[in-house]
Amino acid sequence: MKVLMRTFSLKGVLLIVLMGCLPFLPQAFAAIDVYKFEDEGKSKRFSALMNELRCPKCQNQNLADSNAGLAKDLKDRAYELIQDGQSNDEVVTYLVERYGDFITYRPPLRLGTLMLWFGPLSLFVLVFLIFVMRGRASAATLVVEDELDQDRLKNILDEDN
Amino acid sequence: MKKQVYYALPLLLFLVMGALFWRALSHDPSLLPSARIGKAVPVFELSLLNAADKKITQDKFLGQVSLLNVWATWCPSCRVEHPMLLDIAKQGIPIRGLNYKDERGAALAYLSDFGNPYEWVIYDERGSLGLDLGVYGAPETYVIDREGVVRFRYVGVISADVWLNEIKPIVDELNQQAVVSK
Repeated sequence: MKVLMRTFSLKGVLLIVLMGCLPFLPQAFAAIDVYKFEDEGKSKRFSALMNELRCPKCQNQNLADSNAGLAKDLKDRAYELIQDGQSNDEVVTYLVERYGDFITYRPPLRLGTLMLWFGPLSLFVLVFLIFVMRGRASAATLVVEDELDQDRLKNILDEDN
Repeated sequence: MKKQVYYALPLLLFLVMGALFWRALSHDPSLLPSARIGKAVPVFELSLLNAADKKITQDKFLGQVSLLNVWATWCPSCRVEHPMLLDIAKQGIPIRGLNYKDERGAALAYLSDFGNPYEWVIYDERGSLGLDLGVYGAPETYVIDREGVVRFRYVGVISADVWLNEIKPIVDELNQQAVVSK
């Protein structure tokens, strides 16, 4: 029994030590760190941009998180463009020209995206207005009913006396 | 009367949303619209697959309505599509290939093994023309008009059904326009 317990805990210790090593494996580093910039500002801009651009192949992943071949190509291109001194807007425009609005998590404001931008807000305003109007209407009827009730109450009380 | 209208509102909302969700069921979100429609084939200068020393450019697309098929040997669906491409080529419609992020030797062996439906093939080793076109997976097929403008893109394997009902009508119409404008 004692021997069994000892081997068990040894395994446990080994497992913990091995798991502790995991962060030092090269794969564990974020893929985005491959791109080196001499300029700190460019580096920050690049990682911000990669977080808000969407991978067309592996949908619902941003470019920073994606390991797809296409995501790597797009990151490489964006890296080159930023190294060339292009602004974030220019890089986004460049990619939208090729992959469409899908690539950005911030869709541009145009006729087709009006619903997307203002749909929830207008629904909220609509519901709010309905509540306000209903509240007013029922408040008005309440007052009338109140008066009626007062009369009835009086009558009942009088009858009892 | 007014109250009844209010009571009908949730039902109405339900019906509208139901209709929208029903429509969304038949919509494949992995198929993206191409941003290249109505624009010219991107400027490029790459070598031909079968001749590393021969450069071609976007001007090669001028003068004829054609298909541009994006393929690679690492793409299993491309192999599925291949017989259909051979069939289309037999019908006399020019197909040009874009060999996308592939190895030249493997691609040439593939064509000699399975037959070559392409008039000529652009060798895009790094996928740069693919990126400019907005390719996000192979196979993809573009319909290009006489002026070298992209008119249509199909993502995925071209089946006989897709060819007859979706792509061929566009090619035929563009060809007719070409005849009329002559």
